[in-house]
Amino acid sequence: MEIYLPIADLPVNVFLILGMGIAVGFISGMFGIGGGFLMTPLLIFVGIAPAVAVASVSTHIAASSCSGAIAYWRRNAIDVPLALMLLAGGILGTMSGVWLFTKLRSVDQLDLVIGLSYVTLLTTVGALMILESVRAVRRSRQGQPPVPRRPGSHAWFHGLPFKLRFKRSKIYVSAIPVWAIGFIIGFLGAVMGIGGGFILVPMLIYFLRVPTVTVIGTSLVLQLVTMASATVLHATTNQLVDAVLALMLMTGGVIGAQFGARAGQKLSGEWLRLLLGMLVLAVGLRFATQLVVTPSDPYSIRVVEVLR
Amino acid sequence: MIRRLTAILAVVTAFAAASAPAAAEWLVTSLSKHRIQVTSNFGGEDLVLFGSVERDAATIPRRGGYDIVVTVTGPRKTFVTRRKERRLGIWINVDSREFDGTPTFLAVLTNRPVDQIASEDVRRRLKIGLDYQSLPQQNGANVADVVPEDAFRKAFIRINVQHQLYQESANAVTFLTPNLFRAAIPLPASVPVGTYAIDVKLLADGALIARTTSAFEVIKAGFEQIVADTAHQQPFLYGLITALMALLTGWLASVVFRRD
Repeated sequence: MEIYLPIADLPVNVFLILGMGIAVGFISGMFGIGGGFLMTPLLIFVGIAPAVAVASVSTHIAASSCSGAIAYWRRNAIDVPLALMLLAGGILGTMSGVWLFTKLRSVDQLDLVIGLSYVTLLTTVGALMILESVRAVRRSRQGQPPVPRRPGSHAWFHGLPFKLRFKRSKIYVSAIPVWAIGFIIGFLGAVMGIGGGFILVPMLIYFLRVPTVTVIGTSLVLQLVTMASATVLHATTNQLVDAVLALMLMTGGVIGAQFGARAGQKLSGEWLRLLLGMLVLAVGLRFATQLVVTPSDPYSIRVVEVLR
Repeated sequence: MIRRLTAILAVVTAFAAASAPAAAEWLVTSLSKHRIQVTSNFGGEDLVLFGSVERDAATIPRRGGYDIVVTVTGPRKTFVTRRKERRLGIWINVDSREFDGTPTFLAVLTNRPVDQIASEDVRRRLKIGLDYQSLPQQNGANVADVVPEDAFRKAFIRINVQHQLYQESANAVTFLTPNLFRAAIPLPASVPVGTYAIDVKLLADGALIARTTSAFEVIKAGFEQIVADTAHQQPFLYGLITALMALLTGWLASVVFRRD
């Protein structure tokens, strides 16, 4: 069954898009991530313009992180003050991201920038995750606790001013790294069409030492707000959000996420991180080959948009 | 007696044809539809053009038969064609040409291959075939059409042909009788919205005899139109509604799949 997308201006198979939503939803439910880094490339692969894909996926992630955030809210696993502080940076990051996105589109190097940022970000994060989880798996094999004790030493940014106490997470940190992390996530989300969960969670754990109890719920709140505002901003500045496409993706996504979450509970944390790391690395390498391998056609055409 | 009559008739027809050009053939065409609606289940459509070669008693018969060239031109937009090259190991866009006011859709439909219909010279003059359509390029401050062999021009046409937005078909026009023809205009699902011009040329023995024009439009209709219009005219409202839709879907999912 084909349906014509009003903004992307092309017909797509409803079941293909729903299926992609379910598949990515499954993975996102399993690992507790938004799945934007998988969804955006998939949409580009089926022929949707990269700009429309990035903008519409932000709506999809807003929906999936909303259902996740509600679930964590019921369990009281969200650190609201920390989420608000991250958001302060996040909104600013999203605004700069959408601004840069618009600029890059006008000089027509958006594809290259999206490609390069995917390669650098995904291969680095993927490789780090694999290294870390392999170490953890090895430790648990040797009968040691899988997570090493938190080192007592302080990194340089722990000495920064504007210290704040977050009671729910039991941490006492400067507001500056919190804002910076929020800004980075909001920025990347707007430019690359990713929620940033797979980077945000490690950042919160390693840099801010947020405990596991609150880390996922808090990161979901940040993703929810940045992606919802990215939707509004992309719609207002670039008019690229395809509501029909987004609705199909999120319908598939929320269904897939339920099954993914159940599957995820059967695996231990280290193995989950190892699998996720390999997935992230694979997508990164896929983008790398695309940049390096000789294209089938060196020429490409594009309509020149009238920028307002 | 009969021989003499034929001779007289031939002289009369020849005289009539020479003295009154109005006695030559003219074209009458009719389109199956003048408005194509792009709705949510739009998957492309075939438009049919019927035409008749009209002639009066004075028209001389053509021994070689007629040829029909139907050129359909879609709404014009500015395109940029880019060329990638390997730089520092990765493929990046290095060179580009801007094509100003270029048709987003172009179909050249004929009853036989264009090179059999007319000589290269005539084809160039009458713009018959994809090779001889004018696709002016902007290079710096100059705007000019380039030779058909230009690499950017060829790539531009090739990519559009791949997407079925540019087509050249030598069997899209069929003659039902020697004077009655039918042309199928295949519009792919990705057909751009706008006004389309149809130019029908009648040729015989490699020369243009008659010409007529027609038009149709492609519009978004129903739900597609409402969504597209809202997105472009009320972008903030559209974004807000879309974001709210996302939150609602998320909330619904958390209610439906609640397990505690």
